[in-house]
Amino acid sequence: MMPKRRRGWPYRYVVPLAMVVGLLVSGCGQQYVLLHPAGPVAQSELHLLIVASLAMLVVIVPVFVLLAITVIRFRDKPGNKAPYWPNWHGNKKLEIIWWIIPVVLLTVIAVPTVGQTFALSKLPKAKDPVIIDVTSLTWKWLFQYPGQHVATVNYAVIPAGEPVLFELTADSPMNTFWVPQLGGMEYTMPNEVLPLWLEAYKPGVYWGHSGNFSGEGFEKMFFNVKSVTPEAFQQWVKKVHQTAKPMTMTNYHNLLAFNTVGVQTYSNYPSDTFPAEANGFTLNGEGMYMIMHDQHGITYMPMSDMSNH
Amino acid sequence: MPSFVQYLIRTLFPHDVLRPTELGADVMILATGVIIVYYLTKQKKWLYLWNEWLTTVDHKKIAVMYLIAAVAMLFRGGVDALMLRTNLALPTTPVISDLEYNQVFTTHGTIMIFFMAMPFIFALFNAVVPLMIGARDVAFPRLNAMSFWLFAFGALLLNISFVIGGSPDAGWTAYPPYTGLLFNPGPGENYYFLSLLIAGIGTTMTGVNFLVTTLRMRAPGMTLMKMPMFIWATMATSALILFAFPPLTVALAMSLFDRLFGSSFFTLAHGGLPMMYVNLFWLFGHPEVYIVVLPPFGIFSEVVATFSRKALFGYSVMVVSIISIMFLAYGTWVHHFFTMGAGPAVNAFFGLSTMLIAIPTGVKIFNWIFTMWGGRIRLTTAMLYQLAFIPTFVIGGATGILLATVPADYQLHNTYFLIAHFHNVLIGGTLFGLLSGMYYWWPKMFGHKLNERQGQWAFWLYFIGFWVTFGPQYLLGLKGMTRRIYTYPLGFGWHELNVISTVGAFIMGAGFVVMVYNVVWSLKYGEKDLTGDPWDGRTLEWALPSPVPEYNFARIPVVTARDAWWDMKQKGQTLANSLRPEDMRTIELPKNTPVPFLLGLAFFVVGFGMTFQWWVIVAFGAAGVVASLVYSAFDYDEHKHVGAEVIRRTEAALGRLQG
Repeated sequence: MMPKRRRGWPYRYVVPLAMVVGLLVSGCGQQYVLLHPAGPVAQSELHLLIVASLAMLVVIVPVFVLLAITVIRFRDKPGNKAPYWPNWHGNKKLEIIWWIIPVVLLTVIAVPTVGQTFALSKLPKAKDPVIIDVTSLTWKWLFQYPGQHVATVNYAVIPAGEPVLFELTADSPMNTFWVPQLGGMEYTMPNEVLPLWLEAYKPGVYWGHSGNFSGEGFEKMFFNVKSVTPEAFQQWVKKVHQTAKPMTMTNYHNLLAFNTVGVQTYSNYPSDTFPAEANGFTLNGEGMYMIMHDQHGITYMPMSDMSNH
Repeated sequence: MPSFVQYLIRTLFPHDVLRPTELGADVMILATGVIIVYYLTKQKKWLYLWNEWLTTVDHKKIAVMYLIAAVAMLFRGGVDALMLRTNLALPTTPVISDLEYNQVFTTHGTIMIFFMAMPFIFALFNAVVPLMIGARDVAFPRLNAMSFWLFAFGALLLNISFVIGGSPDAGWTAYPPYTGLLFNPGPGENYYFLSLLIAGIGTTMTGVNFLVTTLRMRAPGMTLMKMPMFIWATMATSALILFAFPPLTVALAMSLFDRLFGSSFFTLAHGGLPMMYVNLFWLFGHPEVYIVVLPPFGIFSEVVATFSRKALFGYSVMVVSIISIMFLAYGTWVHHFFTMGAGPAVNAFFGLSTMLIAIPTGVKIFNWIFTMWGGRIRLTTAMLYQLAFIPTFVIGGATGILLATVPADYQLHNTYFLIAHFHNVLIGGTLFGLLSGMYYWWPKMFGHKLNERQGQWAFWLYFIGFWVTFGPQYLLGLKGMTRRIYTYPLGFGWHELNVISTVGAFIMGAGFVVMVYNVVWSLKYGEKDLTGDPWDGRTLEWALPSPVPEYNFARIPVVTARDAWWDMKQKGQTLANSLRPEDMRTIELPKNTPVPFLLGLAFFVVGFGMTFQWWVIVAFGAAGVVASLVYSAFDYDEHKHVGAEVIRRTEAALGRLQG
């Protein structure tokens, strides 16, 4: 029996190894939405996450190894031959080294972080991008398309392959608007309008959810974003105008009730259901658009033109 | 319950609907209360309780009371956690409803931060700081007792919310406008704001007290650069408290005004700006993170040196890093809400400032490891927590850097990745540190050791349970699971990981049970500490007998080196062998006073009355507050004297006197 068991030893590592590999493989499973970006925003966010993780591994692994060696080598047991220096209380060279290590690693992370933070805050140059005004309500999502004059509840349709500007506000407690596969979240807050741009590479359905607790029905604030080809998007708008009814003020007040509802579609909506003026201080950066409401209706004006207005 | 009682309760407590679970809790609390009263009466312990504990101003006894409260709150917060985890393991058949879940995650966070971590830290401050610096007590002993009773009654106010009127349910961060009357009409949020306001006064006073104590009360010869690292941590923590709690107080008071007096600072209507609250809250909240982690850093610096039998590596660098963490802590608060659209410049600034904090923290990690290098490491329970802390905290810090990477944070914010990260630093850093300190200083506080074998069992259960709980939560974050949901649809692949996480939580729960058993067993059978120096310690508290006499030092020691006690031992001196009977002098000590207890009680009455807006009761309570303070101001009889003869006898009985 004994020799057999001995020979069996190496295989003992197979099970834990298989578990680790399995975990890593399942890490590439489709359900890890953060690891499967479907748009440029999510893609660059994932890229940064990976860069930062690798930089962190550079410090984690040596620290773990060093700690293990230290504890094994310097354990207080009789006959330990390791040196004992009770009064060794500092070493300038060593200490300078580990001030430098984190500085270098953090620089590696910091430089792309700053770059991407600025890059992602700018809407890429696009011809007449689709704008969607998002309002979080207790506990539902209202999407209004000021350019297309349609409104939806608990689902949104966007054209694939071009940036879409979401303008976020709340007529409810704060929520966050989040479609993991398209990109990171942004808060929806009452009395403020925040911009967030997302883009889907390809047509598809991507789920979204609120990330900030807002009460009893909060966990039901899931919604789908359907990405379709630009032509299909135009057809969808046309179809909505033909088939759906416009939203009335009564409809809107019904949406304000504290409940959850299914999906809804409207062919128009009352203009004063979304804040008239966007809060300008977050819309900084070239290529961002300021929304102007005036007698001509809604116009989109690049920030760079603001001074001439 | 008879219907007329329910009628009575509903009339007395508007907005409230009693639920069966609450009734069960009501009955249990009532029964426990009856048992305690019965026990105290039967044992004739009322007077003992009043004289020895409720009116005491002795820092060592206040430490014990803080510790009992902290462990009780750890139990309460832990039970909350198990309820949350049980629900998340059973998404199709939730055990508790969404309403209860929302209350439980709120009290879990609030209690663990404000009523577990904070008092645990203050327990160790009180137990150790005066002894370590060679002082008779803290700078303001009466204020110290007031701090404790304000904390205790604040904690009581929050805890009774569960049985009278319903607990707060807006999360421990209490973001408006959800906390406004429109969305949250019950008394729960009033409980939250008032209990934190009351406890916050106590905490601020503790900050003042220990800042003055560490700066002004040190023994002769103990210059700043000869202070033990735990004292540096105490000083930095106190300074943080002093400037971090005012913004919290303001935020809480403004929210309370919105609820009680119809103002609109943060409301949905009338153009309130909830983001202002979020700024104020985290202006406190981020320094708070360092308030609860710097003391553990100090504890670990003492523990690692003692159990490696070696001087702390890079002392002056450790001081520099603690002080720089203290300052940087004020400059990072926006990283809690990168996703609130403050713009790329602001976000980039706060992302970088957050990363900066990792530098001094990383340096500390290396210094702890090199303290062990060339030492002789004893694997006691206290040291095991230290060894578990380093890898756990390194991972927690690394995931913190991932969260500080602004664009990545847009994806990770408010997901379970975030939950895993902050439990990683709060359990791996704060809780492990505090437990390490508890096992380390227990002999000094109580005169006996905690059983090592049981302690190590508890340690392994905590450590393994921790990783089984929070490892899967990182993956859940990558799967897009957001926080504070009481159930979830099955299609996202969240279920299996949640089950694993729940198993881990119960392993940690088992760790707590073993720890309590350890404490109770050791009270009776624990190895007595007759030397006063069971670990071969390095700092002054180990020069004293365990438990420490009321007056601490028969003669205040003169400090000549950094690890003062270690240095004395190397030179063959002890406090005892230089102590001659004729050197004994009468010692002045602070005298017991009922004022702190009564002040806390009066504040409790104010808080309770305000919660239900019973202004007559509020007036009574306020009168009590004023009366306590006025009485205290004119109470000049605040000292008592321990005669030289008494000290001579005590020290002789301890065998610490020459001749």
